[in-house]
Amino acid sequence: MNAEVPAGLPAAPEFTEPLQEWHRLHVRMLVVRPLNEGIAMLVPILVLLFTGNGEKWRLIASGATVAAILAFSYLIWRTTKYRITDDQVELHTGLLTRKQLAVPRDRIRTVDLTSKPGHRIFGLSAVRIGTGQQDVPGTDGLTLDAVTQQEAERLRLLLLRKGVATRPAQTAEGVDAEPVPAPESEVISQLDLKWLKFAPLSLSGLVAIGAVFGVLSNYADDLGLHPVQDLWEWLFENPSLALFAGFLIVLAVVGLILSIPLYILQFWNYKLTREPDGTLRVQRGLLTTRSVSVEEQRLRGVDIQEPLLVRAGKGAKLAAVTTGLGSKGESNLLLPPAPLSVAHEVSRDVLKVDNDPTTLTLRKHPFAALRRSMFRHVMPWAVIAVGLAIFAPSWAWPIPVAIIPFAALVGWDNYRSLGNALDERYLVTRNNSLVRSTVALQRTGIIGWRIHRSFFQRRSGLVTIGATTAAGAGVYHVTDVGEADGLALADEAVPDLLRPFLINESSVEDQAERNV
Amino acid sequence: MSPKSVLLWTMQAAVFWLVLFVPQLIVFLLVSNPPTWELVLMIATLVVGIVHTAVEPSWRYRVHRWETTPDAVYTLSGWLNQEWRVAPVSRIQTIDTKRGPFQQLLGLSTVTVTTASAAGPVEIEGLEHEVAQRLVVELTNTTQATPGDAT
Repeated sequence: MNAEVPAGLPAAPEFTEPLQEWHRLHVRMLVVRPLNEGIAMLVPILVLLFTGNGEKWRLIASGATVAAILAFSYLIWRTTKYRITDDQVELHTGLLTRKQLAVPRDRIRTVDLTSKPGHRIFGLSAVRIGTGQQDVPGTDGLTLDAVTQQEAERLRLLLLRKGVATRPAQTAEGVDAEPVPAPESEVISQLDLKWLKFAPLSLSGLVAIGAVFGVLSNYADDLGLHPVQDLWEWLFENPSLALFAGFLIVLAVVGLILSIPLYILQFWNYKLTREPDGTLRVQRGLLTTRSVSVEEQRLRGVDIQEPLLVRAGKGAKLAAVTTGLGSKGESNLLLPPAPLSVAHEVSRDVLKVDNDPTTLTLRKHPFAALRRSMFRHVMPWAVIAVGLAIFAPSWAWPIPVAIIPFAALVGWDNYRSLGNALDERYLVTRNNSLVRSTVALQRTGIIGWRIHRSFFQRRSGLVTIGATTAAGAGVYHVTDVGEADGLALADEAVPDLLRPFLINESSVEDQAERNV
Repeated sequence: MSPKSVLLWTMQAAVFWLVLFVPQLIVFLLVSNPPTWELVLMIATLVVGIVHTAVEPSWRYRVHRWETTPDAVYTLSGWLNQEWRVAPVSRIQTIDTKRGPFQQLLGLSTVTVTTASAAGPVEIEGLEHEVAQRLVVELTNTTQATPGDAT
């Protein structure tokens, strides 16, 4: 019924805009979109078809669903067009709500090419263009889903080219016709099959089991089955420690086994290269392939992430701190879980420095920080234990009590993680225990400070210094550092920004103390 | 910071606690045989509410500071938990003014200065209208003089 609407819209401005032609997304998307998105609908449709006794309405309903999916993908294709002018990339899309997106080309920071299996069968690729603007959760930036792989490759080169060429105007004109020359690119890092030993440590298998389990129980619910609930009830009636332990062991083993194909699925053909147009490019994936290009000039630092078990195996993964990357699907990943030494090497090459700043010896934080870390990790469990002891059956409260020693260990390790350092170009800060993260942030990328002192921090003379930046998470914290040390660090990292206020601060503080 | 902000914060705190307290009171009065914990909870809400409303605004007023120089905007805010925020003028992206209902009543404004970082907006609360307007003009002028997109 909506099919008439696009036809009734004002004619597309092909003729009024002499600059560049409008392009449609590739016509094969008519097939690919139903393939990619229809797979999620496949199970319900099959269930609908085969659960009954072949009644007529079941056939009609499934037919209508398929038709609706096809019509929807046709309408999306009909109403979407894009063009690339000298100054900007424009995308017009939407059926009932028309959206017109325009991104100035000199603000493009990243280009992300993703091909899901459906795309790959038909030689297509989705292009996501990221700008310096920080992504609002739920929005996707400007995405062309999808164009042919050649076109995607052409766009990648074209959109990021201004890194070397000062003026993209001439290149933009003739680029339609000329084939893209294969440029020389320098390989920084490549997948090593030895890294597979970090796959089980990253617990990705367990996460996958959880996801699959969630999807399955959803379908089960649709069918009127409640396996989880039934299982719980059954467990309550026949409590058995052996069964529980057995369940955990099976879960762990399946998780371990699954994690290896998952690692291969995500990181097959992983390659990190430095392209001649001044971008860093990560390519990876077995079924869904991704290629993420990041403008090197906009790289504000790196983040070495060490999940607890991976850290125990002396491994780490590396993420980029940069603008214009969504957080979806680890698009900022520079190196999959790999040996720590490799991570440091890659970090050094990526940042083009002699010594990786994340290997600097970090200054420890004061003893009071340990107290706070312990308190924060142990206290919630203690509160839960007390609460359960009062309000719940008597078997419940020992569970949180049993967790407390582990929480204390995490608290202690969290304190050991804390640290900061400064070299000529980078501010380095380390945080957290379960996923320890060591961030090296370019000092010139810091665009402000947030200095936080909670009531308890003030009592023990600690501050948490947050360096705000346009890149990555937006703010990176130096947690629970001594007051004087922290302010000195901030002052040294970005000279002249804090200094005029440091004098004020001390006087304000005295005043506040007196008043309180 | 205008001294009227104390009044503003008092009004805000009072409304917050009234929203928590009044429904409890209604339930307490309507239910024929209210349990003791309901009474305890209600009295606790009342006591905490009164203490908070009485103490927090003036405490907050003593803590709050703001300052601009040609190079940076600076605020100190909070009461139990305090936070300093600094944003260099060269990195400012947008400057917004807003007035809530209570602020309109008292003739106050909040000026929000945003940088390219999603985490770094600097809010200057409780300014007199004229002060806020002057500040916005001043910041706009200095910001315009600085090139670059600061990402």
